[in-house]
Amino acid sequence: MSTLETFRSALEALRSHRLRSALTMLGILIGIAAVILTVGLGQGAQSQVQAQISKLGSNLLVVTPGSTTSSTGVRGGRGTSSTLTNADAQALATTSVAPDIRAVAATATSNQSVTAGTTNWTTSVVGTTPTWAQVRSRDLSSGRFLTADDVTQAQPVAVLGSETVTQLFNGRNPVGQSVSINGSTFTVVGVLTAIGSTSTTANEDDQVIVPQTTFATRVAVSSARAAVSTIYIEATAQDTLTAAYQEARSLLLTRHGVTTNAADFTISSQQSLLQTATATDRTLTILLGGVAAISLLVGALGIANMMLVSVAERVREIGLRKALGATPAAVRRQFLVEASSLGVSGGICGLALAGVGAVVLPHFLAQPVTISTSAAAAAVGVSLLIGVVAGVYPASRAARLAPIDALRND
Amino acid sequence: MTGPVLSLRDVRKTYVMGELHVDALAGVSMDVYDGEYVAVMGPSGSGKSTLMHILGCLDVPTSGTYELAGTDVSRMTETELAEVRNRRIGFVFQGFNLLPTLNAWRNVELPLLYAGVSREARRERAADALARVGLADRMEHRPGELSGGQQQRVAVARALVTDPSLILADEPTGNLDSRATADVLGLLAELSAAGRTIMLITHEPDVAAAAQRTVRIRDGLVEIATAGAA
Repeated sequence: MSTLETFRSALEALRSHRLRSALTMLGILIGIAAVILTVGLGQGAQSQVQAQISKLGSNLLVVTPGSTTSSTGVRGGRGTSSTLTNADAQALATTSVAPDIRAVAATATSNQSVTAGTTNWTTSVVGTTPTWAQVRSRDLSSGRFLTADDVTQAQPVAVLGSETVTQLFNGRNPVGQSVSINGSTFTVVGVLTAIGSTSTTANEDDQVIVPQTTFATRVAVSSARAAVSTIYIEATAQDTLTAAYQEARSLLLTRHGVTTNAADFTISSQQSLLQTATATDRTLTILLGGVAAISLLVGALGIANMMLVSVAERVREIGLRKALGATPAAVRRQFLVEASSLGVSGGICGLALAGVGAVVLPHFLAQPVTISTSAAAAAVGVSLLIGVVAGVYPASRAARLAPIDALRND
Repeated sequence: MTGPVLSLRDVRKTYVMGELHVDALAGVSMDVYDGEYVAVMGPSGSGKSTLMHILGCLDVPTSGTYELAGTDVSRMTETELAEVRNRRIGFVFQGFNLLPTLNAWRNVELPLLYAGVSREARRERAADALARVGLADRMEHRPGELSGGQQQRVAVARALVTDPSLILADEPTGNLDSRATADVLGLLAELSAAGRTIMLITHEPDVAAAAQRTVRIRDGLVEIATAGAA
């Protein structure tokens, strides 16, 4: 019997029990759709986090000051003390000491009211160096970024985030205009390209960048002028991130004269942020995926069960087919094809349902669902496998039936 | 004259039921020649069904040899027997054994399906076979839409379609009324007249009378074999 004929007669057999076949298929359909959707949700969440973090700058290490401890023993959170200095940043930028560090940008941040004409807007003002743009992988949509001269001469110039421009200039090109910060007038020299606001961090599109020297003299006139709130370090490559981390760590420990246990700073990487974020997602994905896989297993049992019932019910038919010349192999093949057809059609319908789910679900969950082609192909493959595995036992039972026993069943 | 179409030599079939060994066939020898129409008669429990199973290659003897069309089939494997059944034997059963979901010609083409014949050729040959049993106009009818006699005619067409060496009819009239019985026996007589080799298994003397010769079987042994025309 040709393959085509085997398929035709398998489909005829399934069609003659439409309701039963449909219900059995439904088991696989639900299982496959559930697996695809949970994996898709997990992948969606993961790629969302990855996209957010890569926006913050690649190969990035972030050094924040340690915590303060008051005289009464109350400890502040990370970054409350001001133990990092510009000198630290300069030392880190020295290639001979830290060869795996490409660039360093020290930042000091202060929330200030910024005025342009009659409009004012409270935002974070960041004092930093020209390396900031490179380290944070930021581009300009117009004008220029800070220069070395701006820093050495403490020029009153500012680069604005796109959101800040919208708030202060209502979208007009602000380059050449002036803004007022803490009583001082700054000339706007450039506008940062928007990267899209991220919910996990401060709004990266709403800030004012000024030279660190100007920041110290005109914006945040405080007791600790040399203090910086964060030092951003860019490693030479993704691979050297660990080496850069070690170099930065030992250099800062030496400079601050402290041991590892008493470190007054924290170095974190985007990688560690990413790992924390994805670990949570992954745990959830595995948990839900496990539940979905169990439902798939139940679907497989449904196929096996239906095929066993079908063999028992069709003893006469099997006997007749054997008497007319069907070999045991041909009988086995027919039942295997029936079982795998159930599996595959359930899988394909499940894939279609998952496709609908991927469009509908984000409206309710505010979570993207990513269905990759490989996941889709795997789902159909798995459903085929399930059909075959579930069909093996019933099919070999049918193949083993002796034609005389089968025909005797009057 | 060529050799016999089928030849049994001292065929025994023993069933083991716990401690009990039952000889369903206790050494049967017989020959059937090309074109013969033979009836096998015997009461129930005589070993007639076992003989039919062995003749039909649905079962193998415990000992002895069975040659069908010159080939020893008594030691064949399940798969080889399936092929012999497909090519050499056309079955007609008491209960018709038609598949209710398939129409007449799809039922008739079933043996050809397992012989690997193309769809066009199957349809053509099934149509020929149905025409030969007088059902050319019932091609698309399902078994449920046909009378008992017509269903048995479809079954005869299915037995004919592979052009087998032997047509084996097991109580073909057991489920039919007297008119349909006469109808089916008439059909078998026609086929015999056309040169077909037919073995008819029955317990009814009236039915057996239609054959050219009768083999009586009792307690697993051939009791009387009336001389045939061959």
